[in-house]
Amino acid sequence: MDAGMLSKILYIDLSRRRHWAKERPELFEESLGGAGVGIRLLGEECPTGADPLGPENPIIFTVGYFDGVFPLGSKAIAMFKSPLTGNLGESHGGGRFGVAQRMAGYGAIVIKGRSEGPVYLAITNGDVKIRDASTLWGMTGSSTVGRIIRENEGGAGLRSIMRIGKAGERLVSYACVITETYRHFGRLGLGAVFGSKRLKAIMISGRDSLTFKSPKLYRELYDELFKTLTKSPLMKKYHELGTPMNVLPLNATKTLPSKNLQLAQFGGAEVLSGEAILERYLGRRTACAHCPVSCIHIAALRVPYESEPYFYKTKMISYDYEPIYALGSMLDIRSVEGYLKLMDTVEELGLDAMSTGVVLSWATEAMERGLIGLAETAGLSLRWGDYKAYMEAAERIVSQRNEFYKALARGVEYASSKYGGRDFALAFGGNEMPGYHTGLASHLGHLVGARHSHLDNAGYSIDQKTNAEGRRPAPAEAARLIFEEEAWRQVLSSLVVCFFARGVYTPEMVSRCFAAFGKSLAPENLRRKGEEILKEKHAFKFREGFSFDRLRIPKRITEIPTPQGMLKEEELWEGVRAFERLIRG
Amino acid sequence: MVKKLSVIDVDLCVGCQSCMFACNRRFAEAGVARSAIHVQSVGGVEHGFIVKVCRACQDPPCFKVCPSGAISKRKDGGVLLDYTKCIACGNCVKGCIVGAVQWDTTIDKPVICVHCGYCASYCPYGVIRLEEIEEVET
Ligand code: SF4
Ligand code: SF4
Repeated sequence: MDAGMLSKILYIDLSRRRHWAKERPELFEESLGGAGVGIRLLGEECPTGADPLGPENPIIFTVGYFDGVFPLGSKAIAMFKSPLTGNLGESHGGGRFGVAQRMAGYGAIVIKGRSEGPVYLAITNGDVKIRDASTLWGMTGSSTVGRIIRENEGGAGLRSIMRIGKAGERLVSYACVITETYRHFGRLGLGAVFGSKRLKAIMISGRDSLTFKSPKLYRELYDELFKTLTKSPLMKKYHELGTPMNVLPLNATKTLPSKNLQLAQFGGAEVLSGEAILERYLGRRTACAHCPVSCIHIAALRVPYESEPYFYKTKMISYDYEPIYALGSMLDIRSVEGYLKLMDTVEELGLDAMSTGVVLSWATEAMERGLIGLAETAGLSLRWGDYKAYMEAAERIVSQRNEFYKALARGVEYASSKYGGRDFALAFGGNEMPGYHTGLASHLGHLVGARHSHLDNAGYSIDQKTNAEGRRPAPAEAARLIFEEEAWRQVLSSLVVCFFARGVYTPEMVSRCFAAFGKSLAPENLRRKGEEILKEKHAFKFREGFSFDRLRIPKRITEIPTPQGMLKEEELWEGVRAFERLIRG
Repeated sequence: MVKKLSVIDVDLCVGCQSCMFACNRRFAEAGVARSAIHVQSVGGVEHGFIVKVCRACQDPPCFKVCPSGAISKRKDGGVLLDYTKCIACGNCVKGCIVGAVQWDTTIDKPVICVHCGYCASYCPYGVIRLEEIEEVET
């Protein structure tokens, strides 16, 4: 197969139990792959006003030209309509899925309809099996599901197994999809869309070897990239401590939200720092397929059995900055064991860690303020730091035993619309807040980002730069920088390379890589494609009812100082309008 | 001096598969279908990895089971494969109990490590290394 040729789309209709493939090379020529092709297919396949949990909502997985070809070309993109925000659902996942999909020969996979009973899919080069998953449905832990499918299917080492937990089955709006135990299609509720289709899991495996128009150039570029990615200081932080290296610096600059952002500093930062966890708990390192950086850090936690003295088990639990922020700092959990146990519960249930942490921290503050009481929580008192209560609360969000937990299962935007506490309900565009109270650009980025995620445009990094210069970005300037960054990230997420390699995959570098495929794409053309993809995403958002005017700015972010001082609502609005002009321009 | 590829410490392996992609790049192609080295998890990534490489056996079973004479013994261990004689029967794959004979799906023939060491230079953690084989008295 020619590495410069992506064309095959696999369609699976779960209602009719049919599948077919279509060759659409022009789609990949125009929109690259990944996010670019994903948004085109979403526009085609998702009817306007679709119920996100109805059979009409498609799930689309895409890969790009760099998957399995250049180092850190390790990611896949999922597109769907989000049950959490009601508009664009997009999440990026690592693990082995992207490479396995590319090696199976599919540029995109479109899953539609709804199965009668629980199923899982086994996809290989040229074959699709729809297998019964009744036995897997309702299983307590997502990791057990992985274990069973691993035993049932071939292709070890060349496959990926993604699955949902109980949260997805029970349609929690921020249920995630887990791949290879430790990576996720995390945000915006893909797990619930799986659940609504009674789709428990997908196994995909493939073996392929791709040829080049310029084989010599390919090897040269690969070596250059490999060297930079393994030796350069750009990647050092991900390699050594992994993302938890952020805990201490963010805490030191008073930009790490704690206790539902009543504070921007966390009392347990030293305890839950990347350094401290590494020293006492790091049990294993692992990597996504085709990535020499291996940023995935897994802690080993030895837990005694309460019922059986002299029995212990060792749980392997991954830790990253974002979950430490959401499930540690926001809930003021100051012990590694407490944090890891809560993290483990959230993983086994298949909830998005960030949304879960923000929802629980809102509920804790609402309880403190008397907006809700034991009647709502069914006797559970939520107190900062009490990880056992939070573990129980996470279970209850999934089982949805009463109206209150049903509301929590729909996210903090919805819960606060029912119970009050809007001012401290930390969601942007309906998606729960990431952990960076760095200043204007960070929160502006969450407001205007197509997914309302920090990864859309890394506004925090714009803040960090200007903060270091001791100034504050003007709203229009921040909006422009955010727009440019988000537009370029569309290209990276269309290839699909990990954002951690963004410093290496510059427009010039990407353009040179395309030459190995015999394609000429100037850096300027690439940038323009990025803008087009971003605008197309917004077109989808608008079509589904999103409007910049109706964004809600949680008052809390303007009440706690940032390194730039207090943020002003008017300034954030000014930034939103400037961004809207760029999107509509 | 004859060399062979050895696994130094499999517990250091992170499962990045850089070695598999490297072996495939010997043909200046991207992917894994032509790779002679294989890495898989031990029942889930949380339990670590297995790195399957040719052991450069002195008395190689794959050689013994090849019916067409396509596999010959290499001096001091390991084998050489003559693709023109290979009838793609797959006996060598079954004969290797460590699973080190892979199948090249692009040409439908086996792929057996030639101990060139190309993969080792891409292993970021020194899991695999090219080592000299002590000469064997014959
Ligand atoms: S030594 Fe050479 S042939 Fe053997 S696995 Fe490594 S790259 Fe492949
Ligand atoms: S390159 Fe090294 S660390 Fe990576 S999979 Fe191969 S042996 Fe393991």
